[in-house]
Amino acid sequence: MIEVCGLTKRFGRQTVLEDLNFVVKPGESIAVIGRSGAGKSVLVKHLVALMKPDEGEVQLEGQNLVTLSERQLLPIRSRFGMLFQGAALFDSLTVAENIAFALDKGSANSPSVSERISEVLELVELPGIQGKHPAELSGGMQKRVGLARAIVHRPGIILYDEPTTGLDPMSSDVIDQLMMRVNERLNATTIVVTHDMRTARRLGERILYLHGGRIYLDDTAGNVFKSKDPVVSRFVKGEADLKGVEFS
Amino acid sequence: MNESAGLLTQFVLELGRVTLRGAEIARSFVLRLGRMSLFAGEVLRSLFTQQPRLREVLRQLHFIGVKSQSVVVITGAFAGMVLCVQSFLQFEKMGVGSMALPVVSVGMASELGPVLAGLMVAGRIGAAIAAELGTMRVSEQIDALRTMATHPVDHLVVPRFLAAIIAMPLLTSMVVAMGIVAAYIVGTMLYNMDGAYALKQVKDITGPIDLWLGMVKSLFFGMIISIIGCYRGLNCGLGAEGVGRATNQAVVESCIVILISNFFLTLVLRKTFMLMGWWI
Repeated sequence: MIEVCGLTKRFGRQTVLEDLNFVVKPGESIAVIGRSGAGKSVLVKHLVALMKPDEGEVQLEGQNLVTLSERQLLPIRSRFGMLFQGAALFDSLTVAENIAFALDKGSANSPSVSERISEVLELVELPGIQGKHPAELSGGMQKRVGLARAIVHRPGIILYDEPTTGLDPMSSDVIDQLMMRVNERLNATTIVVTHDMRTARRLGERILYLHGGRIYLDDTAGNVFKSKDPVVSRFVKGEADLKGVEFS
Repeated sequence: MNESAGLLTQFVLELGRVTLRGAEIARSFVLRLGRMSLFAGEVLRSLFTQQPRLREVLRQLHFIGVKSQSVVVITGAFAGMVLCVQSFLQFEKMGVGSMALPVVSVGMASELGPVLAGLMVAGRIGAAIAAELGTMRVSEQIDALRTMATHPVDHLVVPRFLAAIIAMPLLTSMVVAMGIVAAYIVGTMLYNMDGAYALKQVKDITGPIDLWLGMVKSLFFGMIISIIGCYRGLNCGLGAEGVGRATNQAVVESCIVILISNFFLTLVLRKTFMLMGWWI
């Protein structure tokens, strides 16, 4: 279980997240939505302790991650799998080495590791590309390799940071379907940060809507998408409010 | 009276601004020094508690050591030649022109060799390390590393640190050797220096302590270059501008720290060698 209590993060004078409180239960699937710059990625990085808050706590099974040192966090982080916005594959390593990194720091030679790599590459529908380098792959393929790397060690918690950003609709659909497949297979706790409503609708049983640095709405997906609140409704329908904006 | 009061007020205000600015600079310097010391401590802790990745150390050794050879060879040769020309012209006025070669030899071995190698490697390697790690940071590869239960210091910094402290004494030896050989060629060919006599002078005057001084300094310079390069890369700002600034800071700071520490290392090491009875 992940518990976020009074989380506040500032960058200089700007408060990006303010007094966030929520609980993620084991096996739950949550989508964090909000406009660009709402602090969604900052929030997800706090959950895996890649960032430390200015105030508040992030607890994993009752252990406060905020007070732990970088070395104390290492074994805890192996319980997470994370797909980054730009896939964040290591340029100097092959696809197989990138995926093997999550298992044993990059040696893809042992038969068991090699077998596991083939298995996850098949799961993301990219069989036989073990020897390629990230630079030889398209953006969508890189995301799929990133997904394979995030799940290869069968993590209990999977975090997706803008998994479909920068992809064409077809590639986004592929990533969405793969994430749903992964959820079915691993039954992991899933937190997906996105501003793509299709992804949020497909993956989020529960939705957190971030607005103005706070959780504006925390409800089931059904209720969020049917919400009559003008702020939420405009966001989920993708309608901009241009009142007061003048064009010359 | 009013004009004097105005000037006095202006002076006091200006003094206040200058004091605040000075305090801000001093605070920022002390903070940076503290953060860098903590980082260096983390590197040492990792070095003594974790198994370094030998494959990566060798890869970095090739990049830092082998690929820097041409740069340091050219630098050493031309520094030796120009030092020989200047020394010879001065010594010749006193009729001891052949003393130019031992001056080059002692100067290159204990001072110029390690400093020149340090500055060249700082320019080539410090910049490359900061740019590589900085790019990894802005493309979230460092975060990815951390989520995969890997400490960036263990994985990225220690191999570079080890490679730098192994490569630097070797590169410094090349600078020193090339400087002396080039000076010998210039002295004997341009100024008709008695080669055999000059070499004897080199052997008599250049002691092992001069060589040790250079080697120990180069070890320190290797540490400085790798620590500053890695620190700047891992802590760079976001975007291309951040990487560019980190690269620039890595080179400038490494060069300044090398030049300043060279003076203090000379004092401390010579004193230490004397206390150990190595000094003749």
